[in-house]
Amino acid sequence: MFYRENGQFKTSYQSDQQIFPIAQDRWAVLAIMAFAFVGVPFLVDEYLFRAILIPFLILALAALGVNLLVGYCGQITLGAGAFMAVGAYAGYNFLIRIDGMPMLAAILLGGFVSALVGIVFGIPSLRVRGLYLAMATLAAQFFWDWAFLRISWFTNDAPSGSVSVSNLELLGFPIESPLQKYLFCLSLLVLFALLAKNMTRSAMGRQWMAIRDMDVAAEVIGIRPMFAKLSAFAVSSFYLGVAGALWGFVHLGSWEPAAFSIDRSFQLLFMVIIGGMGSIMGSFFGAAFIVVLPIFLNQFLPWLGNLVGIHISTAGVSHAEFMIFGALIVFFLIVEPHGIARLWSTGKEKLRLWPFPH
Amino acid sequence: MREIGDVILDLRSVSLAFGGVKALTDISFDVREHEIRAIIGPNGAGKSSMLNVINGVYRPQEGEVILRGEHFRRMDPYRVARAGIARTFQSLALFKGMSVIDNIMTGRNLKMKANLFQQAVWWGPAQREELAHRAKVEEIIDFLEIQHIRKTPVGRLPYGLQKRVDLGRALAMEPQILLLDEPMAGMNVEEKQDMSRFILDVNDQFGTTIVLIEHDMGVVMDLSDRVVVLDYGRKIGDGSPDEVRTNPEVIKAYLGASH
Repeated sequence: MFYRENGQFKTSYQSDQQIFPIAQDRWAVLAIMAFAFVGVPFLVDEYLFRAILIPFLILALAALGVNLLVGYCGQITLGAGAFMAVGAYAGYNFLIRIDGMPMLAAILLGGFVSALVGIVFGIPSLRVRGLYLAMATLAAQFFWDWAFLRISWFTNDAPSGSVSVSNLELLGFPIESPLQKYLFCLSLLVLFALLAKNMTRSAMGRQWMAIRDMDVAAEVIGIRPMFAKLSAFAVSSFYLGVAGALWGFVHLGSWEPAAFSIDRSFQLLFMVIIGGMGSIMGSFFGAAFIVVLPIFLNQFLPWLGNLVGIHISTAGVSHAEFMIFGALIVFFLIVEPHGIARLWSTGKEKLRLWPFPH
Repeated sequence: MREIGDVILDLRSVSLAFGGVKALTDISFDVREHEIRAIIGPNGAGKSSMLNVINGVYRPQEGEVILRGEHFRRMDPYRVARAGIARTFQSLALFKGMSVIDNIMTGRNLKMKANLFQQAVWWGPAQREELAHRAKVEEIIDFLEIQHIRKTPVGRLPYGLQKRVDLGRALAMEPQILLLDEPMAGMNVEEKQDMSRFILDVNDQFGTTIVLIEHDMGVVMDLSDRVVVLDYGRKIGDGSPDEVRTNPEVIKAYLGASH
């Protein structure tokens, strides 16, 4: 009833090619952004920033990177954690080895190094696909896990690869309090999400999707598979590298290679599958689902237990958390294999017709 | 009005084998500019393999392809596309996750020059280019009469319309030579009439040379200027539709030998 585009006529291709062609969507997104930048800082306490919001923002950025590769270009990867680690450790090295290196520059340079590494580990994708490619990217994960643990130059001779950064600042402003960190991560995420959307709606994105959907036809049209696949690996790894550097610098402060273990790779892949492959919005949904749900279950289960008069031990809660979380993932995949983003768009289509059934 | 010109594409003694299976044996034929050239033959005769050789998807063991006087030992898909050869597919090969517009826009990929950074920023060169090509794509959409489905994901379209989008994607390349692999397979009479009209219009209005594989003999005989007949990977006939129709070897291949 309210969500209709009646009367919103497009008179130019430009207005037809907007990111959100429906006016109500544009207003909703503006409102959400305004709330995120202005409203949230007044409403949220430090714990929520540290435990939920900052991890959510950074992992959403990483999920976006994985989605560009897996969802848009159709190249499966199990090495996402490794590219985050490369970004984090490369950024760390730029920061400590070059005097006066600004933090933002170190983070972005970490992303670029990760992009180069991504291109190298993307080369197998020219020959193999599917499960075999997953194996090849898994090699990246094991290699970099090993490298950051054993090659002491990468970690500035720190024992067991544990490094830390402090006194973060951006153009003279300190990035110390959770609120400052939140705003910094949020700004980067909004910027990178916009860039990703632009890439996916222009020629590059169409090349990636063409390779994903029908590679022979894409080749016959004049798309070079090597260029399309390696550019997807590069862009995806850049996003992952930046997210990794943020995870190390801003979220953790001090970290060791275990922060970017294979668990992280799987977590990011789950985010993309559950959120929705080939959807920018889906990356956010997936990250929110995976980051927030365990914490929510953790708080909600004891409360539910008290309600029915059962005391659930802390260990019991954490076991139940895993079980329910796993069950929900299975449930989601059965009910909507295309992820939350598809549920969302189906819901919007229904809402446009509401209250009529057709 | 079209006027048939010189030889634009020439295949000389092309042989292709997959292991021990001979798909094509010593095949030579030429295609003249602006003509409609049909390739016919029973199932498994090697017609699609022939197109795949021209496209560079398959690499023949013997023979060469001469494209506008340039000799190629083997073709490579990217260079073929650059040289202005487009094709449609027998089994639908559309990009299923993308809308009709995006599918056809992908066909203009080679003509788009903005680099990745310009595309990421969007404003400026990338957007100007995107708008200019969108206008071209809309012309093709008008030509093929698929305005009403331009935003629909192609996976949801009925078969006949998908074939039309496939043709649109090939036309977006503004090709000089268009290879059509069974454009009318599985269509009803009306859809076949529509498709025939589009093929004739493309040939007539844009002067595009067309190489056509088709099973429907009525369509082939009506549309094409010259016909090549393949059987078991060998060429058994070549000439005008009337010559081919009366060729005893062709009749034998299609109807079986009388004993």
